[in-house]
Amino acid sequence: MDCVVTGGNVKVLAKAIHSLSRIGDELYIEPQEGPGLALRCVNSSRSAYGCFLFSPLFFSRYIVPNGIAFRCRMSIKSVQAVFRSLASLEKTVEKCHIHLDKQKDRLTFTLHCKYGLLRTHNLSFQDSETLQAVFDKNSCKNVFRANPRLLVDTVAHFPPSMEEVTLSVSDERMWLRNHVDEELGDSSAMLTELFLVSDEFDHFAVQAHTSITFCLKELRGLLFFAENTGLPISMYFDEPGSPLVLSVSDSILEGDFVLATLSDDTRNDTRRGDTPPARPPDDFMNDDMDSYLIAMDTSIAPGPSTTDSTSSKQQVVANHRTRLHSEEEEEAETAEKDGPPNKKFCSLLFGSVLPLSSQMSTQPVSNQEVLASDSDDDTQID
Amino acid sequence: MKFRGKIVDVACLNHFTRVVSTISKLTKTCALRLTPDHLFFVLCGKVASGGVAMWCELAQANIFDEYQMEGVSSQDNEICLEVTPENIFRALRTVHNAKSVKVKLTKKHCPCLTVAAELPTMSSVNRVVTHDVPVDVIPRRLWHEFKEPSLPDFDVSVYLPPLKTMKNVVDRMKNLSNFLVVEANLSGQMTLKIETDLVSVTTHFKDLGNPHWGDRTSQDGGSQSPRDLDAMAQARVDIRKLQQFLVGQQVNPSRAICNIVHQTVLHLILLHQDVSLQYFIPALA
Repeated sequence: MDCVVTGGNVKVLAKAIHSLSRIGDELYIEPQEGPGLALRCVNSSRSAYGCFLFSPLFFSRYIVPNGIAFRCRMSIKSVQAVFRSLASLEKTVEKCHIHLDKQKDRLTFTLHCKYGLLRTHNLSFQDSETLQAVFDKNSCKNVFRANPRLLVDTVAHFPPSMEEVTLSVSDERMWLRNHVDEELGDSSAMLTELFLVSDEFDHFAVQAHTSITFCLKELRGLLFFAENTGLPISMYFDEPGSPLVLSVSDSILEGDFVLATLSDDTRNDTRRGDTPPARPPDDFMNDDMDSYLIAMDTSIAPGPSTTDSTSSKQQVVANHRTRLHSEEEEEAETAEKDGPPNKKFCSLLFGSVLPLSSQMSTQPVSNQEVLASDSDDDTQID
Repeated sequence: MKFRGKIVDVACLNHFTRVVSTISKLTKTCALRLTPDHLFFVLCGKVASGGVAMWCELAQANIFDEYQMEGVSSQDNEICLEVTPENIFRALRTVHNAKSVKVKLTKKHCPCLTVAAELPTMSSVNRVVTHDVPVDVIPRRLWHEFKEPSLPDFDVSVYLPPLKTMKNVVDRMKNLSNFLVVEANLSGQMTLKIETDLVSVTTHFKDLGNPHWGDRTSQDGGSQSPRDLDAMAQARVDIRKLQQFLVGQQVNPSRAICNIVHQTVLHLILLHQDVSLQYFIPALA
């Protein structure tokens, strides 16, 4: 393998790697002769998968040895280190040369910088199988395409700590709400809701009025890439439980992010999701003041937080439809089946969901086992 | 109980956002009192919060273009809520470029302060975003806790040096000690001082000026003899509390005043147009 990236494309490559780093810890590299160089990533709970495919035209030189299939995986942190400062990258790096050093078994990244400065990174790697998620975005009923700016502005309304959003669609609108787990009874959480009208999208095709819940983190990752390259983002999805596919593409590259969505098993959640489109369209416009009346006897102490129903414990094992074929699939499969009974979210889908507030402190913490926690920043209670 | 306010002017929105931001840096939760003319953010000095108290007063007319409220009853025409200023700030921050913002009290899954904003878009239809910030309604029997604090019977009152300068000094001192002694006298001098076993650092400010408080009896006159102009009054405070105050403030006050009750309390006042913010830090032994 021997390829050279020049000019602005170095930055595009760097952005792709940074964007994938939001998903998982390991980067799977597979140079193929026809389609080009594939960079892939999957998170530890296998609920999110990302892939960038750079066609040979993206490179100014792209040579892959015939016949010998080379695939490897390596820590994404070490590859990120090569392209650490995106700002200086643009100014200083003129060319990036990636080649496989067979003698030393290292993948070498050489950055040719201004003033003849050379920066060489020799990265070790592990052999691996192909990582490939199976999904078919073209069969999805709901398809949208929008300028990344629109989604960036939309996502900005949700605080960074907010993990999941629920997205609902009607014929003319897309609604986004943050997903608050009612089982957790976190009444102190702030609820945010907004809608986008179809005019704001480049393409807006709805066949099924569905409502899906997914993680924002990976979407933010792809937005980081799309915003900088200015490529429109396409979204494809069906019913809850089947994956959401986000794609960007132009003539020389293609990026697909596949995210698991919360399964339909949480019936109440879906029903909740259907309500917003049904509600009168402009809540903002027609506000009769009486509708905001709070009839509350102020002589008694307020206790809305204590009356929340934490009674029913639902057994929900989320349905993980994103099938990933690799050598670790078996492990993932078994982990899926052994989902902890008392958790509303299967950790395979969304990482561990821990009680957020003090309201949960009366509940025995032992209910909240963490089976397969997400790749980062999850704190375990026990 | 009803409340609904509408902000149209971007400058007013930014102003309000900055005030809420300042408050969110000072306290996690506080009381929000709504009266027909004013909004008050109140933190009363509980032991749990280290005895720190806060009082922030805003005239509603300077912020809201429309403002309607109906209190608990006609005698007590007031609404008192426990709020998380951080959440209100977050909601306001994301709608900074809105065409108009409504803040209203709503009954959702729990009482909420709903921030609804109309955002400009490229298309003909505006984008609408709503943030529901859960609040607790404070019952009337607890209202007495949130009354305006009386002006302490201070020994010395002095104008503060530029807050940025003061922040830089306090930031450095915080690395060396947990406690800071604030001293001031009536001839416009103030010192910030830390003392540890290894080091003592003092920063002197002079010619700050002393505000006139009209016919206050205790300061001079009255039965007592006038206070010696050069005599220092001091308060030893938790340096983090003072730092919090200096870091968070975004109001850019036109006046900043420091009152000291000798070895009892440090009372800081920021005045900016219609907004006044008072902050009380108890002195430690």
